[in-house]
Amino acid sequence: MDYILQPWPWYVSGPLIAFVMLLLVYFGKTFGMSSNLQTLCSIGGAGKYSDYFRFDWKANRWNLTVVLGAVLGGFIATQYLSDGSAIALSSETISDLNALGFNEVGETLLPPEIYKWENILSLKGILILVIAGFLVGFGTRYAGGCTSGHAITGLSNLQLPSLIAVIGFFIGGLIMTFFILPLIFGS
Amino acid sequence: MKFLKFLLVGVFFGIVLVKSEAVSWYRIYEMFKFQSFHMYGIIGSAVFLGILFIWLFKKFKVKSTEGKEIDLIPKDKGVTRYILGGTIFGFGWALAGACPGPMFILVGTGVFSMLIVIAGALLGTFAYGVLMKKLPH
Repeated sequence: MDYILQPWPWYVSGPLIAFVMLLLVYFGKTFGMSSNLQTLCSIGGAGKYSDYFRFDWKANRWNLTVVLGAVLGGFIATQYLSDGSAIALSSETISDLNALGFNEVGETLLPPEIYKWENILSLKGILILVIAGFLVGFGTRYAGGCTSGHAITGLSNLQLPSLIAVIGFFIGGLIMTFFILPLIFGS
Repeated sequence: MKFLKFLLVGVFFGIVLVKSEAVSWYRIYEMFKFQSFHMYGIIGSAVFLGILFIWLFKKFKVKSTEGKEIDLIPKDKGVTRYILGGTIFGFGWALAGACPGPMFILVGTGVFSMLIVIAGALLGTFAYGVLMKKLPH
C-alpha cells in the first residue's frame, strides 16, 4: 500500500499513460484532451460565431465523460491515495525558484505564488492565469492538439505534424521558462 | 452504461497524472529547465510503448470494441500551424504549468483557481475559432 501512497516513479506512470491512450484507441476513440475545449465552446453556443464550433457535440460526449472522470480521479488521488509527501524536485530547480521568489517549492502540486486566491486577487495575479489559459487554449486548437493528442498519441502513431507541434511546445516552453518567467516573477 | 468505461478511463487517467506529479507546475518548470529526467521518462516511456502497441494493433489488424480495424486518423500535413500553434501552447503550458488534461484534474484536487485558467482556455479556443480563417495554417 505504501507504494501506492507514495509518488509514482516515471517508469510506472509513463506506461500507465500509454495504457490510457491504448484503451481509448481500443474503444474506437482517441486520446485528446483539448478537443473538449472546442466541444465546450460549441455547447456554449459559439457556433453562432464560427463554423469551427458548428458540429454535433453529442458525438463527443464520451470525451467529456473522460474529463469528468479525470476530475474525479484527481479528487480520489489527493484524498485517498496520497501520503502528502513533498515533490522530490532537483535541488537546482528548488534554488532557481527560490531566486525567483517562490518559497514553498514542491510542498504542494502548484505554487501558491500563482494559484492561491490572495495572490490572484490583483490585476497581475488574475492576468497571469487568464493569459496562461488563453495561450493554452488558442495554441492547442491552432496546433490541432495538446500533450495527449500530439505528444503521446501523435508521436506513437509516428506522425510528422505531431513532432513539429512538440518542437513548438518546447520552443514556447523554453522561451517562457528561461526568459519570460524571470521577468514576471524576478524582482 | 456505455459511458461507464469512459468515466473509469478518466478516473484512472486523473489518478495516474496526480500520482506521477505530471500535473505539478514545478515538474513542468523542472522539465523545461532540463533539471530532472522525471517528465522525460514519463513521456518517453509512454511514447515508446505507444509506438510499439499501435504498431502491433495495426500489424495484427486488431479490431476496436466498435468492430472497426484500429487506425488513427493522421493529422493534416503542414508546418506553420503546428510550429506556431505549438509555440503559443508552449508559452501557456510553461506559465500555467498545466495542459488541458491536468487543468481539469487539478480542479478535482481542490485547486478551484484553476477554473480561471480553464475559462481563459475556453476564451482562447473561442478566439481561435473566430480567427482561424485569417491565420496561416
